[in-house]
Amino acid sequence: MSERAAKVSPADDEQDDDQITDSATPDAATEDDVKSETTEPVTTGAESVVRALENAGVEHAFGVQGGAIMPVYDALYDSDIRHVTMAHEQGAAHAADAYGIVSGKPGICLATSGPGATNLVTGLADADMDSDPLVALTGQVPTELVGNDAFQETDTTGVTTPVTKNNTFASDSDRVGSDVSEAFALAGEGRPGPTLVDLPKDITNGETDREPDAPAVPETYEVQERADEEIVKAAAERIENAARPVMLLGGGVIKSEASEACREFAIEHDIPVITTMPGIGSFPEDHELSLEMAGMHGTGYANMAITHCDTLIGIGTRFDDRLTGGIETFAPDADLIHVDIDPAEISKNIHADYPLVGDAETVVEQLVDAVDKSPEATKWRAQCQQWKSDYSMAYDAPKDKPVQPEFVIEALDEATSDRAIVTTGVGQHQMWACQYWTYTEPRTWVSSHGLGTMGYGLPSAIGARIAADDDQEVVCIDGDGSFLMTLQGLSVAVREELDITVAVLNNEYIGMVRQWQDAFFDGRHSASDYSWMPEFDKLAEAFGAEGFRIDDYDDVADTIEDAIAYDGPSVIDVHIDPDANVYPMVPSGGDNGQFALAEDQL
Amino acid sequence: MKRGLDGPEPDERPTPAGRRNKQGIRIDPEVEATHEPRRTVISALVEHEPGVLSDVSGLFSRRQFNIESLTVGPTEDEDRARITIVVEEPDPGIDQVEKQLRKLVPVISVRELEPDAMRRELALIKVNAERPDQVAAVADMYDAKTVDSSPETATVEVTGARQKIEAAVETFSQFGIREISRTGTTALARGTDQTATAGSTAQPADEANRDDQYQRADDD
Repeated sequence: MSERAAKVSPADDEQDDDQITDSATPDAATEDDVKSETTEPVTTGAESVVRALENAGVEHAFGVQGGAIMPVYDALYDSDIRHVTMAHEQGAAHAADAYGIVSGKPGICLATSGPGATNLVTGLADADMDSDPLVALTGQVPTELVGNDAFQETDTTGVTTPVTKNNTFASDSDRVGSDVSEAFALAGEGRPGPTLVDLPKDITNGETDREPDAPAVPETYEVQERADEEIVKAAAERIENAARPVMLLGGGVIKSEASEACREFAIEHDIPVITTMPGIGSFPEDHELSLEMAGMHGTGYANMAITHCDTLIGIGTRFDDRLTGGIETFAPDADLIHVDIDPAEISKNIHADYPLVGDAETVVEQLVDAVDKSPEATKWRAQCQQWKSDYSMAYDAPKDKPVQPEFVIEALDEATSDRAIVTTGVGQHQMWACQYWTYTEPRTWVSSHGLGTMGYGLPSAIGARIAADDDQEVVCIDGDGSFLMTLQGLSVAVREELDITVAVLNNEYIGMVRQWQDAFFDGRHSASDYSWMPEFDKLAEAFGAEGFRIDDYDDVADTIEDAIAYDGPSVIDVHIDPDANVYPMVPSGGDNGQFALAEDQL
Repeated sequence: MKRGLDGPEPDERPTPAGRRNKQGIRIDPEVEATHEPRRTVISALVEHEPGVLSDVSGLFSRRQFNIESLTVGPTEDEDRARITIVVEEPDPGIDQVEKQLRKLVPVISVRELEPDAMRRELALIKVNAERPDQVAAVADMYDAKTVDSSPETATVEVTGARQKIEAAVETFSQFGIREISRTGTTALARGTDQTATAGSTAQPADEANRDDQYQRADDD
């Protein structure tokens, strides 16, 4: 679609007469700079944009070319930044998002004006919901055409305002590099999120010799790092006297690098730990204190513990409705100690009795210093262990029946190292990936939580692969419906020779919808039957990837081994039991403590 | 094969005694506490740059905050504008309004005004002028100025508290109102009390999250 924008369009004729069209002339470099050849002075807005990225330490960017963004791409041509051309802008945004999750640094995505920019919107909304650091640079028609409904013109800042942390319309070639520096700083500082700079073509083509300012947030953006000492003291006292304490670790724990501090605190004081879905990996799930994930499809023991605790230490979580179920029945006997960098999250959904605004790592260190003795919660700890056996996640997998998805997830987990990265789409397969893979490390779980974006899996695997260490496997656990939405990314994985294993849990349904239809819509499978799926293994081969297929239990171990061993992108079309459902389950707005273990309990 | 998982069924499990209300506040189930909406004025000092107003108004529609009026204008500092917003929300909602506004990057400071703050509105009211003397008399009664008159119409300008404007509109309606344009409320704190200044963001976020005792705000 937007690739075609590279054709000369009316908008392209509207450039400054004195534009610099050829920046690839290293011979013309002035000699006053005796650093490497990459530090020639900037001559255009586009060069200052790229310089701003280089100054910020950016090594990779994901995007799609197009008419209005061409000057920036031209400047990228001479840069050491590795640009990964994606097959669709949505994939560029998701790849940059995953890059940010795995590396901890903002991911960069680029798109042209109009359809290029609108294709980013889903990825921006996804990053906004999950507070992932991301910078989007979008081309825009020349300033004088803005507002004229010009070719490929969209009011990008208007469209993206609700789904970005901040966005800027660049209006000055001298400032445009600094605009990008600021966007980069804002994306990562405080509560992370996506930022966007809209770049009109005359601004990027315009002459400038102004070097961009160093990345810094504007003065009006203030972040409180340390929590109020008095409230910390009161919270510490509450923890010391707790009879039924629980820690709830959210995505903010991972983002602020507080996992280690939280682990030490929990183990030191023997406090059971629950995570949210974005918090997966913040605490090792093979540790005795781990109750894993709570919420709609959380474990029974996590939901029992969160329902019955009297002291809830929530760190870096925003109490999303998928976690809380109905507000009225969420941890109704608990005093809430809420640690968050964003004051607006405090008491937004659940009233905080001890509001601790600050950076998670800093505040946890404050708590470590303030808590002198562990809570005497012997009975409670035993109760949590009892719940772990009462509500075990053991499942039935008779060998004469179709393959159960849980078995496949466990086999994948077994075949890979502890540091393997899992990415997913959205749906049943995502929930099974939460429940049946044992996560022990932060930044190894890459998923779409708040927005629930089907199609997130493959592009995020691309971004994760590029950000990951060479010895980390990247496994994309996908669903048939999700995979179909962004599978054009396979062409990118093949071109870049990315070692990714995609396991498509294929039940020929849009499974989560089918599960709800069975439970709440009398089994009327309206538009959820996906028996029209292509053969994904053959499709993979057509792209130049390696295709595998699993039909029964005998194939599982060997096929997974081969697919993971294959050095490049491989796709396993795993034909699972089409009737498999996700349990436990708390219906929307339900009581977490009343989770259903089977359909007849819904 | 068995579908689902083993374990005590929902009705075999212990249930907690407590409950929370819709605002996530723990309550005594015996006396369900609900927060009634109240009307108040929020004043925000913002960077005077394009797009700020749409950021702010977009925030209100997106988060479903109940907004009654929004006015904006320049200040003594040419780089800054003041936005005055009248909202009607329960207390937790008013807290959210303030916090979400503070999160916007171009917003410098945000404050809820005291009930005794000066609140003013301006209205232009165009009426039929068959009885010019009576129109003038009513205008006098509300300290209104006649700003335009023609053989058929008279347009008056009224300023004052919202109730005064309402009353004026009510009284002028006897002549037949052709058109009305109102500005919405603008407001300032009294005396040396600062409405919202560049220096006042320093209120620590925890401070803002302490339970405040709100009073009912009455328009002057």
